[in-house]
Amino acid sequence: MSDADGTSHGLGRMLVAVYGVFAIAATARSVYQLSTKAGEAPFAYGLSALAAIVYIVATWALASDRRRWASATIGFEMIGVLAVGVLTVVDEELFPDQSVWSDFGAGYGYVPLVLPAVGLWWLWSRRRRVLRAGDQG
Amino acid sequence: MSELAAWAIALLALAVAGHAAWHMLRDVPFSNALFYSVAALEVVLIGLLVTGSIALSRTDGDVDGVLFISYLLTQVVIPPAAVLWGVAEKSRWGTGVVVVAMLTVAVLCARLHGIWEGTVV
Repeated sequence: MSDADGTSHGLGRMLVAVYGVFAIAATARSVYQLSTKAGEAPFAYGLSALAAIVYIVATWALASDRRRWASATIGFEMIGVLAVGVLTVVDEELFPDQSVWSDFGAGYGYVPLVLPAVGLWWLWSRRRRVLRAGDQG
Repeated sequence: MSELAAWAIALLALAVAGHAAWHMLRDVPFSNALFYSVAALEVVLIGLLVTGSIALSRTDGDVDGVLFISYLLTQVVIPPAAVLWGVAEKSRWGTGVVVVAMLTVAVLCARLHGIWEGTVV
């Protein structure tokens, strides 16, 4: 497999940039929330912290071409944003304050919903490329 | 920090994002013109950091200082980081990184104004 087929090249470069922004934004926000007002909405803030960790690992995995880690974290993100999205609609009391994944990521322009979909498609297209290269011998 | 300044800088960042997007879509390599666009924005952002810090020290308003300064600093760091890391990629997606960065600066600018007014927590 040549380096150009790695997950951090081509379109992947831009994807890593977006993931990096979300990793930093989610981490900074989560540290700020937990350090200043952890008691107000423990569940939402705990969830923000979890999301932040997932974004950090996903960024690292995409940037360093670790596909298992990338698939696992991006898959988790997809499930997370869908599950939390449904929960925020069904049970508003669980979330007195916003988290990244509340309302399917509406507070962040739905990027948290679109990002894992693009990420999974990207990993899948990279994988096909590797398989095809393998067939050609 | 005046509303006018916040929106003017956000619009400038969007314009630079558009300039970078034009490069990306046309598959034009990172050009001198784009470099000057980003550099001009960077100068404005450094100016914002200085004037914003001075305004913060003088204001009577209820502004979260730590959050405000961290936003100002982040904005200054983003453009050079994006150019250095984006240009290392020799395809259209290298300028795509610059597009993402400029959009991020625009969003930060809008939120920065919210922090100043006390509407963003």
